[in-house]
Amino acid sequence: MQLTNRAKQVDRRPLNFAEKIYLPAVLKGMGITFSHIFKKKATIKFPEETRPFSPVFRGLHILNRDEEGRENCTACGLCAVACPAEAITMDAAERLPGEEHLYREEKYAAKYEINMLRCIFCGLCEEACPKDAIYLTETFAPANYSRQSFIYGKENMVIPHPKENPEAFTKAKGLIDERKAKASQQQ
Amino acid sequence: MWSLSNIAANIDQWLNANMSPTWALIVEMVIAGVAVIGLFAALGLVLVIMERKVSAWIQIRLGPNRVGPKGMLQSLADTLKLLVKEGMTPGGADKLLFNVAPFVAMIVAMLLLAPIAFAKDFQLWDLNIGVLYISAVSSISVISILMAGWASNNKYSLLGAMRSGAQIVSYELSAGLAVLAIVVLTGSLRISDIIQAQENGWWLFKGHIPVIIAFIIFIIAVTAETNRAPFDLAEAESELTAGFHTEYSGMKFALFFLAEYVNVFIVCAIGATLFLGGWMPFHIGNWHAFNGVMDWIPSSVWFFGKTFFLIFVIMWFRWTFPRLRIDQLLNLEWKYLLPISMFNLLLVTLIAIMGWHF
Repeated sequence: MQLTNRAKQVDRRPLNFAEKIYLPAVLKGMGITFSHIFKKKATIKFPEETRPFSPVFRGLHILNRDEEGRENCTACGLCAVACPAEAITMDAAERLPGEEHLYREEKYAAKYEINMLRCIFCGLCEEACPKDAIYLTETFAPANYSRQSFIYGKENMVIPHPKENPEAFTKAKGLIDERKAKASQQQ
Repeated sequence: MWSLSNIAANIDQWLNANMSPTWALIVEMVIAGVAVIGLFAALGLVLVIMERKVSAWIQIRLGPNRVGPKGMLQSLADTLKLLVKEGMTPGGADKLLFNVAPFVAMIVAMLLLAPIAFAKDFQLWDLNIGVLYISAVSSISVISILMAGWASNNKYSLLGAMRSGAQIVSYELSAGLAVLAIVVLTGSLRISDIIQAQENGWWLFKGHIPVIIAFIIFIIAVTAETNRAPFDLAEAESELTAGFHTEYSGMKFALFFLAEYVNVFIVCAIGATLFLGGWMPFHIGNWHAFNGVMDWIPSSVWFFGKTFFLIFVIMWFRWTFPRLRIDQLLNLEWKYLLPISMFNLLLVTLIAIMGWHF
Protein backbone atom coordinates (compact mmCIF):
# COMPACT_ATOMS: atom_id res chain seq x y z
CA MET A 1 0.00 0.00 0.00
CA GLN A 2 1.37 3.39 -0.88
CA LEU A 3 0.88 5.97 1.86
CA THR A 4 2.74 8.90 0.36
CA ASN A 5 4.45 9.58 -2.92
CA ARG A 6 7.67 10.62 -1.18
CA ALA A 7 9.28 7.17 -1.29
CA LYS A 8 12.60 7.10 -3.12
CA GLN A 9 14.13 4.13 -4.86
CA VAL A 10 17.55 3.40 -3.33
CA ASP A 11 20.38 3.52 -5.84
CA ARG A 12 22.30 0.27 -5.46
CA ARG A 13 24.66 0.61 -8.39
CA PRO A 14 28.32 -0.08 -7.51
CA LEU A 15 30.41 3.07 -7.07
CA ASN A 16 32.25 4.31 -10.12
CA PHE A 17 35.86 5.44 -9.96
CA ALA A 18 35.13 9.10 -9.23
CA GLU A 19 32.95 8.06 -6.33
CA LYS A 20 35.43 5.48 -5.10
CA ILE A 21 38.24 7.94 -4.53
CA TYR A 22 35.81 9.77 -2.22
CA LEU A 23 37.55 13.13 -2.61
CA PRO A 24 34.63 14.90 -4.36
CA ALA A 25 32.26 13.68 -1.67
CA VAL A 26 34.73 14.72 1.02
CA LEU A 27 35.03 18.20 -0.45
CA LYS A 28 31.26 18.45 -0.80
CA GLY A 29 30.84 17.57 2.86
CA MET A 30 33.41 20.17 3.85
CA GLY A 31 31.56 22.70 1.72
CA ILE A 32 28.37 21.98 3.61
CA THR A 33 29.98 22.43 7.02
CA PHE A 34 31.78 25.57 5.84
CA SER A 35 28.51 27.11 4.68
CA HIS A 36 27.13 26.44 8.17
CA ILE A 37 29.56 28.98 9.59
CA PHE A 38 27.68 31.82 7.90
CA LYS A 39 24.18 30.56 8.64
CA LYS A 40 21.95 32.21 11.16
CA LYS A 41 22.60 30.40 14.41
CA ALA A 42 19.90 28.03 15.59
CA THR A 43 20.61 28.72 19.26
CA ILE A 44 20.06 31.93 21.24
CA LYS A 45 21.64 33.51 24.33
CA PHE A 46 18.87 32.24 26.54
CA PRO A 47 18.38 34.38 29.61
CA GLU A 48 19.07 37.60 27.70
CA GLU A 49 17.06 36.59 24.65
CA THR A 50 13.94 34.46 24.67
CA ARG A 51 12.10 32.87 21.85
CA PRO A 52 8.67 34.35 21.07
CA PHE A 53 5.95 32.37 22.79
CA SER A 54 2.66 31.24 21.41
CA PRO A 55 -0.03 33.79 22.32
CA VAL A 56 -1.65 31.29 24.65
CA PHE A 57 1.53 29.98 26.27
CA ARG A 58 0.72 28.62 29.73
CA GLY A 59 3.36 29.26 32.38
CA LEU A 60 3.25 29.94 36.11
CA HIS A 61 0.08 31.38 37.62
CA ILE A 62 -0.61 34.82 39.03
CA LEU A 63 -3.54 36.06 41.11
CA ASN A 64 -5.10 39.29 39.98
CA ARG A 65 -5.95 42.47 41.90
CA ASP A 66 -8.25 45.25 40.80
CA GLU A 67 -7.22 48.86 40.25
CA GLU A 68 -7.48 49.70 43.96
CA GLY A 69 -5.33 46.77 44.92
CA ARG A 70 -8.09 44.50 46.19
CA GLU A 71 -7.71 40.80 45.53
CA ASN A 72 -10.18 39.44 42.99
CA CYS A 73 -10.30 35.87 44.28
CA THR A 74 -13.37 34.94 46.29
CA ALA A 75 -12.29 31.39 47.07
CA CYS A 76 -15.23 29.92 45.19
CA GLY A 77 -13.19 26.79 44.47
CA LEU A 78 -14.12 26.48 40.80
CA CYS A 79 -10.47 26.44 39.79
CA ALA A 80 -9.75 23.65 42.26
CA VAL A 81 -12.69 21.69 40.90
CA ALA A 82 -11.59 22.27 37.32
CA CYS A 83 -8.01 21.29 38.04
CA PRO A 84 -7.37 17.83 36.55
CA ALA A 85 -4.12 17.44 38.46
CA GLU A 86 -5.64 18.46 41.80
CA ALA A 87 -2.83 20.91 42.30
CA ILE A 88 -4.89 23.75 43.79
CA THR A 89 -5.94 23.96 47.44
CA MET A 90 -7.47 26.89 49.22
CA ASP A 91 -8.99 27.98 52.52
CA ALA A 92 -11.82 30.48 52.35
CA ALA A 93 -12.39 33.17 54.95
CA GLU A 94 -15.00 35.86 55.51
CA ARG A 95 -14.01 39.46 55.02
CA LEU A 96 -14.15 41.33 58.32
CA PRO A 97 -15.24 44.98 58.62
CA GLY A 98 -12.30 47.22 57.88
CA GLU A 99 -10.80 44.83 55.37
CA GLU A 100 -12.71 46.24 52.41
CA HIS A 101 -9.52 47.71 50.97
CA LEU A 102 -7.94 44.27 50.90
CA TYR A 103 -10.55 42.06 49.32
CA ARG A 104 -13.07 42.92 46.67
CA GLU A 105 -15.93 40.73 47.86
CA GLU A 106 -17.20 39.41 51.19
CA LYS A 107 -15.35 36.15 50.90
CA TYR A 108 -11.67 35.72 50.16
CA ALA A 109 -8.95 33.07 50.01
CA ALA A 110 -7.04 33.04 53.28
CA LYS A 111 -4.76 30.40 51.87
CA TYR A 112 -4.34 29.71 48.16
CA GLU A 113 -1.74 27.18 47.14
CA ILE A 114 -0.77 25.64 43.82
CA ASN A 115 1.64 22.77 43.75
CA MET A 116 3.70 23.63 40.69
CA LEU A 117 5.11 20.12 40.55
CA ARG A 118 1.61 18.65 40.23
CA CYS A 119 0.31 21.35 37.92
CA ILE A 120 0.18 20.33 34.27
CA PHE A 121 -0.29 23.91 33.05
CA CYS A 122 -3.48 23.09 31.18
CA GLY A 123 -5.03 26.47 31.93
CA LEU A 124 -8.41 25.09 32.98
CA CYS A 125 -8.26 27.13 36.21
CA GLU A 126 -7.92 30.27 34.14
CA GLU A 127 -10.94 29.26 32.06
CA ALA A 128 -13.02 28.25 35.10
CA CYS A 129 -12.46 31.47 37.04
CA PRO A 130 -15.61 33.64 37.08
CA LYS A 131 -13.92 36.51 38.94
CA ASP A 132 -11.05 37.37 36.57
CA ALA A 133 -8.71 36.31 39.37
CA ILE A 134 -6.26 33.70 38.08
CA TYR A 135 -4.08 33.92 34.99
CA LEU A 136 -1.25 31.92 33.56
CA THR A 137 1.87 33.86 32.57
CA GLU A 138 4.80 33.40 30.28
CA THR A 139 7.11 32.75 33.22
CA PHE A 140 8.32 29.19 33.22
CA ALA A 141 11.10 26.89 34.33
CA PRO A 142 11.34 27.85 37.99
CA ALA A 143 14.33 26.34 39.76
CA ASN A 144 14.76 25.57 43.42
CA TYR A 145 16.42 23.22 45.85
CA SER A 146 13.42 21.65 47.60
CA ARG A 147 10.12 20.18 46.57
CA GLN A 148 8.38 22.12 49.34
CA SER A 149 9.34 25.40 47.72
CA PHE A 150 7.38 24.50 44.60
CA ILE A 151 4.12 24.76 46.50
CA TYR A 152 3.37 28.36 45.64
CA GLY A 153 1.31 30.38 48.09
CA LYS A 154 -0.41 33.74 47.73
CA GLU A 155 2.88 35.51 48.47
CA ASN A 156 4.32 34.03 45.28
CA MET A 157 1.35 34.59 43.04
CA VAL A 158 -0.63 37.73 43.90
CA ILE A 159 0.46 40.56 41.63
CA PRO A 160 2.09 43.68 43.16
CA HIS A 161 -0.06 46.25 44.95
CA PRO A 162 -0.88 49.33 42.80
CA LYS A 163 -0.08 51.78 45.63
CA GLU A 164 3.07 50.11 46.98
CA ASN A 165 4.58 49.25 43.63
CA PRO A 166 2.63 50.97 40.87
CA GLU A 167 5.15 50.22 38.15
CA ALA A 168 5.17 46.47 38.71
CA PHE A 169 1.40 46.54 39.04
CA THR A 170 0.90 48.23 35.67
CA LYS A 171 3.35 45.82 34.13
CA ALA A 172 1.48 42.80 35.49
CA LYS A 173 -1.84 44.29 34.44
CA GLY A 174 -0.43 44.96 31.01
CA LEU A 175 0.63 41.36 30.68
CA ILE A 176 -2.82 40.17 31.70
CA ASP A 177 -4.50 42.49 29.22
CA GLU A 178 -2.15 41.38 26.48
CA ARG A 179 -2.96 37.80 27.28
CA LYS A 180 -6.70 38.43 27.20
CA ALA A 181 -6.38 40.23 23.88
CA LYS A 182 -4.30 37.43 22.38
CA ALA A 183 -6.66 34.76 23.68
CA SER A 184 -9.69 36.52 22.19
CA GLN A 185 -7.82 36.90 18.92
CA GLN A 186 -7.11 33.21 18.93
CA GLN A 187 -10.82 32.48 19.12
CA MET B 1 60.40 48.17 11.93
CA TRP B 2 59.03 46.10 14.74
CA SER B 3 60.10 42.49 14.42
CA LEU B 4 60.78 39.52 16.66
CA SER B 5 64.32 39.09 15.42
CA ASN B 6 65.15 42.73 16.29
CA ILE B 7 63.84 42.23 19.80
CA ALA B 8 65.88 39.04 20.17
CA ALA B 9 69.02 40.77 18.84
CA ASN B 10 68.53 43.71 21.21
CA ILE B 11 68.13 41.43 24.22
CA ASP B 12 71.24 39.53 23.16
CA GLN B 13 73.23 42.75 22.82
CA TRP B 14 72.10 44.09 26.16
CA LEU B 15 72.87 40.85 27.98
CA ASN B 16 76.33 40.59 26.44
CA ALA B 17 77.09 44.18 27.36
CA ASN B 18 76.08 43.68 30.97
CA MET B 19 77.45 40.26 31.88
CA SER B 20 79.97 37.63 30.91
CA PRO B 21 79.19 35.57 27.76
CA THR B 22 78.54 32.42 29.80
CA TRP B 23 75.96 34.11 31.98
CA ALA B 24 74.43 35.83 28.99
CA LEU B 25 73.99 32.42 27.36
CA ILE B 26 72.43 30.97 30.51
CA VAL B 27 70.04 33.90 30.84
CA GLU B 28 69.10 33.59 27.17
CA MET B 29 68.38 29.91 27.64
CA VAL B 30 66.14 30.68 30.62
CA ILE B 31 64.33 33.35 28.60
CA ALA B 32 63.85 30.91 25.73
CA GLY B 33 62.52 28.25 28.11
CA VAL B 34 60.09 30.68 29.71
CA ALA B 35 59.01 31.87 26.28
CA VAL B 36 58.36 28.30 25.15
CA ILE B 37 56.31 27.54 28.26
CA GLY B 38 54.45 30.82 27.82
CA LEU B 39 53.76 30.00 24.18
CA PHE B 40 52.50 26.60 25.31
CA ALA B 41 50.05 28.08 27.77
CA ALA B 42 48.88 30.71 25.31
CA LEU B 43 48.47 28.15 22.53
CA GLY B 44 46.50 25.85 24.79
CA LEU B 45 44.10 28.62 25.74
CA VAL B 46 43.72 29.98 22.22
CA LEU B 47 43.38 26.63 20.46
CA VAL B 48 40.82 25.27 22.91
CA ILE B 49 38.57 28.30 22.56
CA MET B 50 39.14 28.24 18.80
CA GLU B 51 38.14 24.60 18.59
CA ARG B 52 35.02 25.21 20.62
CA LYS B 53 34.03 28.24 18.58
CA VAL B 54 34.71 26.54 15.25
CA SER B 55 32.75 23.48 16.29
CA ALA B 56 29.89 25.71 17.42
CA TRP B 57 29.79 27.65 14.17
CA ILE B 58 29.91 24.51 12.07
CA GLN B 59 27.07 23.06 14.11
CA ILE B 60 25.11 26.33 13.79
CA ARG B 61 25.46 27.06 17.51
CA LEU B 62 26.74 30.10 19.36
CA GLY B 63 29.40 28.33 21.38
CA PRO B 64 30.87 29.50 24.70
CA ASN B 65 29.77 33.10 25.28
CA ARG B 66 29.61 33.62 29.05
CA VAL B 67 33.14 34.01 30.43
CA GLY B 68 34.76 37.24 29.37
CA PRO B 69 34.01 39.18 26.20
CA LYS B 70 32.39 36.82 23.66
CA GLY B 71 33.37 33.89 25.86
CA MET B 72 37.05 34.35 25.09
CA LEU B 73 38.12 33.58 28.66
CA GLN B 74 36.26 30.26 28.76
CA SER B 75 39.38 28.15 28.39
CA LEU B 76 41.08 30.15 31.16
CA ALA B 77 38.23 29.24 33.49
CA ASP B 78 38.44 25.60 32.39
CA THR B 79 42.17 25.56 33.06
CA LEU B 80 41.58 26.97 36.51
CA LYS B 81 39.07 24.20 37.16
CA LEU B 82 41.52 21.53 36.01
CA LEU B 83 44.28 23.06 38.15
CA VAL B 84 42.32 22.82 41.39
CA LYS B 85 41.01 19.33 40.71
CA GLU B 86 42.45 16.35 42.53
CA GLY B 87 45.02 14.48 40.45
CA MET B 88 44.08 10.88 41.15
CA THR B 89 46.19 7.80 40.50
CA PRO B 90 44.15 4.61 40.28
CA GLY B 91 45.02 1.88 42.78
CA GLY B 92 45.98 -0.73 40.19
CA ALA B 93 48.05 1.63 38.11
CA ASP B 94 51.78 1.56 37.62
CA LYS B 95 52.42 4.72 39.62
CA LEU B 96 55.69 5.77 38.04
CA LEU B 97 54.70 5.28 34.41
CA PHE B 98 51.24 6.70 35.02
CA ASN B 99 52.62 9.92 36.43
CA VAL B 100 55.47 10.27 33.96
CA ALA B 101 53.42 9.72 30.78
CA PRO B 102 51.79 13.20 30.58
CA PHE B 103 55.17 14.84 31.05
CA VAL B 104 56.66 12.76 28.27
CA ALA B 105 53.86 13.95 25.99
CA MET B 106 54.56 17.55 27.00
CA ILE B 107 58.33 17.30 26.65
CA VAL B 108 58.00 15.82 23.16
CA ALA B 109 55.76 18.70 22.14
CA MET B 110 58.25 21.18 23.63
CA LEU B 111 61.21 19.60 21.86
CA LEU B 112 59.36 19.92 18.59
CA LEU B 113 59.11 23.69 19.00
CA ALA B 114 62.89 24.05 18.80
CA PRO B 115 63.50 24.01 15.03
CA ILE B 116 60.35 25.94 14.05
CA ALA B 117 60.97 29.35 12.53
CA PHE B 118 58.37 31.69 14.00
CA ALA B 119 59.48 34.73 12.03
CA LYS B 120 62.33 35.98 9.88
CA ASP B 121 65.59 35.07 11.67
CA PHE B 122 63.67 34.00 14.72
CA GLN B 123 64.24 30.37 15.49
CA LEU B 124 65.37 28.60 18.64
CA TRP B 125 67.64 26.09 16.98
CA ASP B 126 68.35 26.05 13.26
CA LEU B 127 69.98 22.63 13.10
CA ASN B 128 71.07 21.20 9.80
CA ILE B 129 68.83 18.13 10.07
CA GLY B 130 65.70 20.04 11.16
CA VAL B 131 63.15 17.97 9.25
CA LEU B 132 64.74 14.69 10.31
CA TYR B 133 64.81 15.92 13.92
CA ILE B 134 61.10 16.73 13.75
CA SER B 135 60.07 13.35 12.39
CA ALA B 136 62.37 11.57 14.83
CA VAL B 137 61.16 13.42 17.92
CA SER B 138 57.49 13.37 16.98
CA SER B 139 57.53 9.57 16.92
CA ILE B 140 58.35 9.60 20.65
CA SER B 141 54.86 10.90 21.35
CA VAL B 142 53.46 7.43 20.70
CA ILE B 143 55.54 6.19 23.64
CA SER B 144 53.79 8.58 26.01
CA ILE B 145 50.43 7.34 24.78
CA LEU B 146 51.41 3.69 25.12
CA MET B 147 52.84 4.45 28.56
CA ALA B 148 49.62 6.10 29.67
CA GLY B 149 47.46 3.31 28.28
CA TRP B 150 49.53 0.52 29.75
CA ALA B 151 50.08 2.10 33.14
CA SER B 152 46.40 2.92 33.66
CA ASN B 153 45.56 -0.79 34.09
CA ASN B 154 42.28 -0.20 32.30
CA LYS B 155 41.13 -2.09 29.26
CA TYR B 156 39.80 1.00 27.51
CA SER B 157 43.07 2.79 28.04
CA LEU B 158 45.05 -0.15 26.75
CA LEU B 159 42.84 -0.55 23.68
CA GLY B 160 43.09 3.15 22.95
CA ALA B 161 46.84 3.13 23.36
CA MET B 162 47.28 0.11 21.11
CA ARG B 163 45.09 1.62 18.42
CA SER B 164 46.98 4.85 18.70
CA GLY B 165 50.27 3.00 18.39
CA ALA B 166 49.18 1.22 15.22
CA GLN B 167 47.82 4.45 13.83
CA ILE B 168 50.75 6.73 14.56
CA VAL B 169 53.36 4.22 13.43
CA SER B 170 51.62 3.67 10.11
CA TYR B 171 50.72 7.28 9.34
CA GLU B 172 54.21 8.44 10.18
CA LEU B 173 55.31 6.71 6.97
CA SER B 174 53.20 8.71 4.58
CA ALA B 175 53.73 11.92 6.55
CA GLY B 176 57.45 11.27 6.28
CA LEU B 177 57.25 10.61 2.54
CA ALA B 178 55.22 13.77 2.00
CA VAL B 179 57.81 15.76 3.91
CA LEU B 180 60.53 14.06 1.92
CA ALA B 181 59.02 15.41 -1.29
CA ILE B 182 59.87 18.93 -0.15
CA VAL B 183 63.30 17.86 1.09
CA VAL B 184 64.00 16.42 -2.36
CA LEU B 185 62.94 19.63 -4.05
CA THR B 186 64.95 21.84 -1.69
CA GLY B 187 67.94 19.58 -1.35
CA SER B 188 68.30 20.41 2.33
CA LEU B 189 66.93 19.25 5.69
CA ARG B 190 67.57 22.62 7.30
CA ILE B 191 64.36 24.51 8.00
CA SER B 192 65.82 27.91 7.14
CA ASP B 193 67.06 26.59 3.76
CA ILE B 194 63.61 25.18 3.00
CA ILE B 195 62.02 28.55 3.75
CA GLN B 196 64.67 30.39 1.77
CA ALA B 197 63.98 28.16 -1.25
CA GLN B 198 60.41 29.45 -1.26
CA GLU B 199 61.36 33.10 -1.60
CA ASN B 200 60.07 33.28 -5.17
CA GLY B 201 56.95 31.21 -4.50
CA TRP B 202 55.64 28.63 -2.10
CA TRP B 203 56.31 24.97 -2.86
CA LEU B 204 52.60 24.33 -3.06
CA PHE B 205 52.45 26.55 -6.16
CA LYS B 206 55.93 25.89 -7.55
CA GLY B 207 55.88 22.11 -7.43
CA HIS B 208 53.01 21.25 -9.76
CA ILE B 209 50.44 18.59 -8.92
CA PRO B 210 52.79 16.13 -7.14
CA VAL B 211 53.46 18.67 -4.39
CA ILE B 212 49.74 19.34 -4.06
CA ILE B 213 49.20 15.60 -3.66
CA ALA B 214 52.01 15.51 -1.11
CA PHE B 215 50.37 18.38 0.75
CA ILE B 216 47.00 16.63 0.87
CA ILE B 217 48.63 13.41 2.05
CA PHE B 218 50.60 15.36 4.64
CA ILE B 219 47.46 16.98 6.02
CA ILE B 220 45.61 13.64 6.19
CA ALA B 221 48.58 11.91 7.79
CA VAL B 222 49.19 14.55 10.45
CA THR B 223 45.50 14.63 11.30
CA ALA B 224 45.84 10.92 11.99
CA GLU B 225 49.13 11.38 13.80
CA THR B 226 47.71 13.91 16.22
CA ASN B 227 44.83 11.54 16.95
CA ARG B 228 42.14 13.92 15.83
CA ALA B 229 38.80 13.10 14.30
CA PRO B 230 38.07 11.49 11.84
CA PHE B 231 41.06 9.43 12.98
CA ASP B 232 40.53 9.76 16.73
CA LEU B 233 40.31 6.04 17.37
CA ALA B 234 42.74 6.35 20.24
CA GLU B 235 40.18 8.26 22.27
CA ALA B 236 36.94 7.32 20.53
CA GLU B 237 34.40 8.52 23.08
CA SER B 238 31.62 6.28 21.95
CA GLU B 239 33.68 3.11 22.09
CA LEU B 240 36.48 3.61 24.61
CA THR B 241 35.12 6.31 26.96
CA ALA B 242 38.25 8.42 26.54
CA GLY B 243 40.86 5.97 25.27
CA PHE B 244 44.34 6.25 26.68
CA HIS B 245 43.51 9.09 29.07
CA THR B 246 40.40 7.48 30.58
CA GLU B 247 41.98 7.27 34.03
CA TYR B 248 43.58 10.69 34.00
CA SER B 249 42.07 13.64 35.79
CA GLY B 250 42.98 17.15 36.85
CA MET B 251 46.29 18.57 35.80
CA LYS B 252 47.65 15.33 34.35
CA PHE B 253 44.71 15.17 31.99
CA ALA B 254 45.22 18.84 31.19
CA LEU B 255 48.81 18.11 30.19
CA PHE B 256 47.65 15.46 27.71
CA PHE B 257 45.03 17.81 26.41
CA LEU B 258 47.54 20.63 26.06
CA ALA B 259 50.08 18.34 24.38
CA GLU B 260 47.44 17.28 21.87
CA TYR B 261 46.66 20.86 20.92
CA VAL B 262 50.30 21.92 20.84
CA ASN B 263 50.98 18.93 18.60
CA VAL B 264 48.27 20.17 16.27
CA PHE B 265 49.95 23.56 16.24
CA ILE B 266 53.34 22.02 15.57
CA VAL B 267 52.26 19.82 12.68
CA CYS B 268 50.42 22.76 11.16
CA ALA B 269 53.49 24.94 11.63
CA ILE B 270 55.58 22.31 9.87
CA GLY B 271 53.01 22.05 7.08
CA ALA B 272 53.04 25.82 6.74
CA THR B 273 56.83 25.88 6.71
CA LEU B 274 57.29 23.12 4.16
CA PHE B 275 54.43 23.79 1.77
CA LEU B 276 53.30 27.36 2.38
CA GLY B 277 56.63 29.06 2.76
CA GLY B 278 56.80 29.53 6.55
CA TRP B 279 57.21 33.24 7.28
CA MET B 280 57.68 34.08 3.57
CA PRO B 281 55.09 36.59 2.37
CA PHE B 282 52.86 35.79 -0.55
CA HIS B 283 54.36 37.05 -3.80
CA ILE B 284 53.01 37.01 -7.32
CA GLY B 285 55.63 37.08 -10.10
CA ASN B 286 56.37 40.65 -11.13
CA TRP B 287 53.61 42.58 -9.38
CA HIS B 288 55.99 44.80 -7.46
CA ALA B 289 53.34 46.96 -5.82
CA PHE B 290 51.43 43.92 -4.60
CA ASN B 291 54.63 42.24 -3.41
CA GLY B 292 55.65 45.42 -1.59
CA VAL B 293 52.37 45.46 0.33
CA MET B 294 52.81 41.78 1.19
CA ASP B 295 56.36 42.42 2.42
CA TRP B 296 55.06 45.14 4.69
CA ILE B 297 53.08 42.58 6.74
CA PRO B 298 55.41 41.26 9.50
CA SER B 299 56.84 37.80 8.92
CA SER B 300 55.48 36.51 12.26
CA VAL B 301 51.98 37.43 11.13
CA TRP B 302 52.51 35.46 7.94
CA PHE B 303 53.74 32.44 9.85
CA PHE B 304 50.97 32.44 12.41
CA GLY B 305 48.34 33.23 9.79
CA LYS B 306 49.30 30.23 7.68
CA THR B 307 49.60 27.99 10.72
CA PHE B 308 46.23 28.99 12.07
CA PHE B 309 44.67 28.53 8.65
CA LEU B 310 45.92 24.93 8.62
CA ILE B 311 44.73 24.46 12.20
CA PHE B 312 41.33 25.68 11.10
CA VAL B 313 41.37 23.16 8.24
CA ILE B 314 42.15 20.34 10.65
CA MET B 315 39.37 21.49 12.99
CA TRP B 316 37.11 21.71 10.00
CA PHE B 317 37.89 18.03 9.24
CA ARG B 318 37.04 17.09 12.79
CA TRP B 319 33.60 18.62 12.72
CA THR B 320 32.76 17.38 9.23
CA PHE B 321 33.67 13.71 9.04
CA PRO B 322 32.52 10.70 11.04
CA ARG B 323 35.15 8.49 12.65
CA LEU B 324 36.74 5.72 10.58
CA ARG B 325 36.80 2.12 11.73
CA ILE B 326 40.22 0.74 12.66
CA ASP B 327 40.33 -1.50 9.57
CA GLN B 328 39.30 1.38 7.30
CA LEU B 329 41.94 3.52 8.93
CA LEU B 330 44.72 1.04 8.32
CA ASN B 331 43.43 0.25 4.82
CA LEU B 332 43.52 3.92 3.95
CA GLU B 333 47.13 4.17 5.02
CA TRP B 334 48.66 0.93 3.79
CA LYS B 335 46.61 0.38 0.64
CA TYR B 336 46.15 3.93 -0.60
CA LEU B 337 48.18 6.70 1.01
CA LEU B 338 51.48 4.85 1.27
CA PRO B 339 51.60 3.59 -2.37
CA ILE B 340 50.37 6.95 -3.64
CA SER B 341 52.94 8.88 -1.64
CA MET B 342 55.75 6.53 -2.69
CA PHE B 343 54.88 6.97 -6.35
CA ASN B 344 54.42 10.66 -5.76
CA LEU B 345 57.89 10.88 -4.26
CA LEU B 346 59.25 9.34 -7.45
CA LEU B 347 57.45 11.97 -9.51
CA VAL B 348 58.77 14.75 -7.29
CA THR B 349 62.27 13.37 -7.60
CA LEU B 350 61.88 13.37 -11.36
CA ILE B 351 60.71 16.97 -11.25
CA ALA B 352 63.61 17.92 -9.02
CA ILE B 353 66.20 16.19 -11.22
CA MET B 354 64.84 17.60 -14.46
CA GLY B 355 64.39 21.03 -12.90
CA TRP B 356 60.76 21.23 -14.01
CA HIS B 357 59.63 23.13 -10.95
CA PHE B 358 59.47 26.91 -11.15
